[in-house]
Amino acid sequence: MLTINDLKASIEGKSILNGINLSIKPGEVHAIMGPNGAGKSTLSSVLAGRADYEVTGGKVDFMGKDLLELSPEDRAREGLFLAFQYPVEIPGVSSTNFLKTAINEKRKYHGLEPMEATDFLKFMRSKMEEMEMDKSLTSRSLNEGFSGGEKKRNEVFQMAMLEPKLCIMDETDSGLDIDALRLVSAGVNKLRDGERSFLVITHYQRLLDYIVPDFVHVLYKGRIVKSGDASLAKELEVKGYDWIKQEVEAAV
Amino acid sequence: MSEPEEDIIDQVVSQEYKYGFTTDIEMEMAPMGLNEDTVRFISAKKNEPEWMLEWRLKAYRSWLKMEEPDWQNFNYPKINYQDIIFYAAPKQKIQLDSLDQVDPELLKTFEKLGISLQEQKRLTGVAVDAVFDSVSIATTFKEQLKEKGVIFCAISEAVHEHPELVKKYLGSVVPTTDNYFAALNSAVFSDGSFVYIPKGVRCPMELSTYFRINAENTGQFERTLIIADDASYVSYLEGCTAPMRDENQLHAAVVELVAHEKAEIKYSTVQNWYPGDKEGKGGIYNFVTKRGSCEGAESKISWTQVETGSAITWKYPSCILKGDRSTGEFFSVAVTNNAQIADTGTKMIHIGKNTKSRIVSKGISAGKSHNSYRGLVKINKKAENSRNYTQCDSMLIGDKCGAHTFPYIEVNNNTATLEHEASTSKIGEDQIFYCNQRGIGTEEAIGLIVNGFCKEVLNQLPMEFAVEAQKLLAVSLEGSVG
Ligand SMILES: Nc1ncnc2c1ncn2[C@@H]1O[C@H](COP(=O)(O)OP(=O)(O)OP(=O)(O)O)[C@@H](O)[C@H]1O
Ligand SMILES: [Mg+2]
Repeated sequence: MLTINDLKASIEGKSILNGINLSIKPGEVHAIMGPNGAGKSTLSSVLAGRADYEVTGGKVDFMGKDLLELSPEDRAREGLFLAFQYPVEIPGVSSTNFLKTAINEKRKYHGLEPMEATDFLKFMRSKMEEMEMDKSLTSRSLNEGFSGGEKKRNEVFQMAMLEPKLCIMDETDSGLDIDALRLVSAGVNKLRDGERSFLVITHYQRLLDYIVPDFVHVLYKGRIVKSGDASLAKELEVKGYDWIKQEVEAAV
Repeated sequence: MSEPEEDIIDQVVSQEYKYGFTTDIEMEMAPMGLNEDTVRFISAKKNEPEWMLEWRLKAYRSWLKMEEPDWQNFNYPKINYQDIIFYAAPKQKIQLDSLDQVDPELLKTFEKLGISLQEQKRLTGVAVDAVFDSVSIATTFKEQLKEKGVIFCAISEAVHEHPELVKKYLGSVVPTTDNYFAALNSAVFSDGSFVYIPKGVRCPMELSTYFRINAENTGQFERTLIIADDASYVSYLEGCTAPMRDENQLHAAVVELVAHEKAEIKYSTVQNWYPGDKEGKGGIYNFVTKRGSCEGAESKISWTQVETGSAITWKYPSCILKGDRSTGEFFSVAVTNNAQIADTGTKMIHIGKNTKSRIVSKGISAGKSHNSYRGLVKINKKAENSRNYTQCDSMLIGDKCGAHTFPYIEVNNNTATLEHEASTSKIGEDQIFYCNQRGIGTEEAIGLIVNGFCKEVLNQLPMEFAVEAQKLLAVSLEGSVG
């Protein structure tokens, strides 16, 4: 699904990603953890194609395509989805209108006719039920005045609507109350179908109790410095990052 | 990322000239320039009665004594009125046999705008009658209107058919001496619409220039007069959303609205005249005087405008709130891109007691354009308990453009309540990236964000018009980012 090879990126001349290697197969869930400022959001932004970052080296293959060659919108249309750490507000644009535009742009890219309005509404209703989304949120302007938690839930709802192949979730759990966390996790688990892959960025083991990862990676100073299975997250929860940092410094 | 197909409209328009669509065969023209003979020529062509000619001549003579205004927030080259042809009709365009003969780029633009096939044919000069029974459609409407007693015709026709109404109302809201361009229009106006809605009648359909324009090419100096008698209602739509192929030209129209007791007039405009090229060469100078008078108690006039075209737009649709408890509304979206200039807004003159006005203005500037809101709210001495609410929002795309607001307030009665809100925002790269990440391309993203920004105003437009306006906003901002 996704193969990242020695990926390097910088912003304003400052190197943030210093050679990332990661391979995700269909159906797998990978968690990325790491201290603040390690480069987790940068990695997700670079994969999604944010222009602020300069890719200074490496290659990314996304289902046989050279991901870094694609425009951000084409990456999305190919099936890459990023649930943002900080979703933006778009005043005056309803979620319904936004999602309809997004879905039809994607369909156009794949040579399909736009979805009929009634089919779209039916589809949306079923997804809202599946994700246990409140009706009022989708009729309001996109993210405008949403609480932090509502924004995050809305990201997962959009993810369900757009049916991506690879879901990157950047700290979707932060800001969620306990019930919302359960709802979001349940939603994500419903989207796991053996084919769809997930890259979950989080600071907390809590989330990984619900969404059990196949692999856990620790990102530090722009590199993946340790990988393991779900137990690694539990170990981090107990021990923190110091021992890993020390390991890294010792190796230098 | 964004292909050089940006600014399709500009390309299309410049191509138009190459193809020489303006070399018309049958043209009846007044000699170039303006003098009393020109005015007489126009009046004679229209077979006008003596009183109409006198009215024009009076306007012409006062125009001679007036100075071109210079208080605006921009400069434009001095217009030489002796270089203008003030009358050219019937401007028979080259007739093509089918759309296959039309420049495909132009058709692409039409498609983007969602303009119907029939409309496309009309705009490109393809003969419509054979394929499209416009005549019979127009007549069905005419029948329906006639049943209700609604008069909807060309103003030149009204001069002959309904002289008593024209005499009574023409110039009653915008006097011939009102301003330089209004005086000019009064002297040389070629045609325009006339609407009269009788007492208690709710006009059964939206009236639009669309149905009439087939017959003739309205000139640069249109004159529109709409009268809503007691307790009547009418919604009038003006303009079309197609790229016009006009060159650098003066467009000086006058629109007068009269609403009697409990009557309501809704006037919607979608203006997309040729804006000129990227450098600001060519384009229309859109200097228009629009004013409505709420004559009777509890009457209401609503202006809604979506202004995306023209090199310079300079207009202030206004309401004179004479009747007690009358209401004036102004909803505006003005978009400027490249080198365009818009200086637009409204005047709300509160004269009657308990009068209300509401102003919602949305300005969007891109490129190196300038967009100004200029509005006056005046509360007269006797206008007890009047209220005004004004909201001015500006959106900037890029950092070479400008947005300005000039709110003028004159309050002569201390029982009045005035509220004013203003905001300026920028389309954020974050917003665009967010849309991109959901598979929405940059141009579509801008369209979406801008339409969201203008939603309050677009909601005022009749459904069909709103859809066209939305597409138009997106098209006119093409190439403004990236
Ligand atoms: N626009 C920018 N200009 C300068 N430095 C930046 C910019 N964006 C990110 N950085 C820096 O890049 C580094 C990595 O940031 P990033 O947001 O990827 O961290 P993170 O791992 O997601 O952290 P957190 O856990 O706090 O979300 C940080 O040191 C940050 O300050
Ligand atoms: Mg982060």
